[in-house]
Amino acid sequence: MKMTGGQIVCDCLVKEGVDTIYGILGGAILPLYDTLPQFPQLHHVLVRHEQCAAHAAEGYARATGKVGVCFATSGPGATNLVTGIANAYLDSTAMVAITGQVARRFIGKDAFQEIDITGITLPITKHNYLVRDTNQLAKIMKEAFYIARTGRPGPVLIDIPKDVFTEQVDYHTPGKVELPNFKPTTKGHPAQIQKAAKLINEAQKPVIIAGRGVIISEASTELKELAEKGQIPVVTTLLGISSFPESHVLSYRWIGMHGMGYANMAVNNADLVIAIGMRFDDRATAEVSGFASHAKIIHIDIDPAEIGKNVPVEVPIVGDVKTVLGPLTKLVQPSQRGEWLKQLDDWRREHPSTEIRETSSLLPQYVINQIYQNTHGNATIVTGVGQQQMWAAQHYTYDHPNTFISSGGLGTMGFGLPAAVGVKMGRPESAVWLIDGDGSFQMTLHELATIQQEKLAVKIAIMNNGFLGMVRQWQELFHGKRYVATPLWGPDFIKLAEAYGIAGVKVRRKDEVIPAIQQAMAYDGPFVIDFGIEPEENVYPMVPPGASLSQFLEMPKKEAALWPQRNTL
Amino acid sequence: MAATKHTLVALVEDRPGVLNRVASLFRRRGFNIQSITVGHSETPGISRMTIVADGTNTSVEQVRKQLDKLVETIKVSDITAEDRVERELALIKVKSTSANRGEIIQIVDIFRANIVDVSLDSLTVEVTGDENKMNSLLSLLQGFGVKEVCRTGKIAMTRGFNSADHPRRVATPEE
Repeated sequence: MKMTGGQIVCDCLVKEGVDTIYGILGGAILPLYDTLPQFPQLHHVLVRHEQCAAHAAEGYARATGKVGVCFATSGPGATNLVTGIANAYLDSTAMVAITGQVARRFIGKDAFQEIDITGITLPITKHNYLVRDTNQLAKIMKEAFYIARTGRPGPVLIDIPKDVFTEQVDYHTPGKVELPNFKPTTKGHPAQIQKAAKLINEAQKPVIIAGRGVIISEASTELKELAEKGQIPVVTTLLGISSFPESHVLSYRWIGMHGMGYANMAVNNADLVIAIGMRFDDRATAEVSGFASHAKIIHIDIDPAEIGKNVPVEVPIVGDVKTVLGPLTKLVQPSQRGEWLKQLDDWRREHPSTEIRETSSLLPQYVINQIYQNTHGNATIVTGVGQQQMWAAQHYTYDHPNTFISSGGLGTMGFGLPAAVGVKMGRPESAVWLIDGDGSFQMTLHELATIQQEKLAVKIAIMNNGFLGMVRQWQELFHGKRYVATPLWGPDFIKLAEAYGIAGVKVRRKDEVIPAIQQAMAYDGPFVIDFGIEPEENVYPMVPPGASLSQFLEMPKKEAALWPQRNTL
Repeated sequence: MAATKHTLVALVEDRPGVLNRVASLFRRRGFNIQSITVGHSETPGISRMTIVADGTNTSVEQVRKQLDKLVETIKVSDITAEDRVERELALIKVKSTSANRGEIIQIVDIFRANIVDVSLDSLTVEVTGDENKMNSLLSLLQGFGVKEVCRTGKIAMTRGFNSADHPRRVATPEE
């Protein structure tokens, strides 16, 4: 069958099960957009900046488990995608980004809006393609989706010259994907699984650290079976939050720089760490030389390059978490471990980590806790990056898998609003709350237009403290309280929402919090709440840079100011 | 851990941009490449790279795994610990006069190297061998005045029947 390149792209997208695309068009990609009306199955969402096309595609992918798709034109359209692609790369999200490129005869001539986007995205994609031959297009599309979602997921970029979109070629549905070296190991090696089970059965003080791999692999049930059978306490990484129900008796919530003190203590006092689908990020391990120094480590991950990258490992198991956990649990003996669990409970009592201090002013911790109470923990929470992200992770209790969607690896301020667009479109039936900061929100607030245009009932809670708060906290604690460039002027967010046709309410007092949350929930459509919070509230617990995981500072003590100056990371 | 010299052999698909991907990865992981050579392998469509780099055992293993993750990489092996044959080729242009030409030719003969070009005031020497041989000849010739040196970088192959693994082209089943 004769088809144009543009039709081939659309037909391949439909065959891959794509229904939603985020993007902005321009000259080079115009012929592709011109064919979109011939494929009514594909719903294109026009965003206001290409970075947000990638974030929205990521939100959609993370909410649905499908591959996210975004479009951008050549030159600035493509370079604007870069931050969003990098975010997906570091958080292992399956994504296919399609960029228009100048026509083939102009490539290498510095033509108008020509940029080498495959060169630029080389280190932040799993793989990328520049399509030089229209006959290869269908094969490349199929490979791209296969690579993006297979093994450890990640972004793949396809750069397509304008004249490839318009050229007509014979189109055959491509056959099997043929990639000689791309065969991720999914099944764990039986001998390694046996070794791991032996270590688990011998351990007195084991702890499981669950990461985002558990969510990607949809292995929450398997994780619960392992934990319950062996009576092994579970902590998670930041992106592992919600992989294990936080109300579960074996949950000690999450570890890291702003993780629970008792969770950090559990890891640093354990004799065995079972790391599942996580990658020992420095924000999770704190000073790596002091990390779990009494423990042997079992590391289960689908990416062999993660084994031994940051932390030496006793028993590595390369494989898909879901596939590995079943056979492992079978070999684990039922145990009690009452003493160890009691110790953990004592630490939790001594270091509650999420207590909210008594004050008449409006505290973000209180606000987020009220969002949790009023939504009965049934919402999906999307966050920006900064203090609000940490408070959202601490003061909401996550009991349902994959209900915390946040930018972990890249820490991209401005991720929240566009990601919430994708999350809400992926989960139209569930309540989606964006918890953002005034700084983070102002980076991508133009996506209010997309929210209004697509009629998405996202509830937006802005923790407005007039500061780039997380950096201000570092300045307060480690830079002699010199607030350089962190005080932040902001607009009247409610008037701003109104300009976009979106309803909202300002909250300045504690007694206004619950009515505002209930008003937002009852309102049929998007709703913004501007919470004017205590300006200099800090996030605690905090492991200062250079300290080990169990050397955390606790709220509301300000002894952090006395912490010696260290090299900060 | 002390950094040592490692020899990696990589079989990669012969496509535009592959060398860039490999080099980019070395740069990103902070790896210093001493030499890299690329050429055809025994299989059409597959190139063979020999990479010599400095690093600790752990960091080299990390780079090997990262290289292996590239979609176009077929096989990467660290053959540093293996018994192997190593060769490098160099062209060396030496200043010479009618007075010392004979002496230079004698040295070249001892090293079983060849004269591949001659002019009134220069000789160009072609030499093949391992790194030690290259360096010894070069230091001897330096006494006459070396005008230009061009080295290919090392190629390496394990001794005996074992190979850097034959790539097998097999279809990957979709799911």
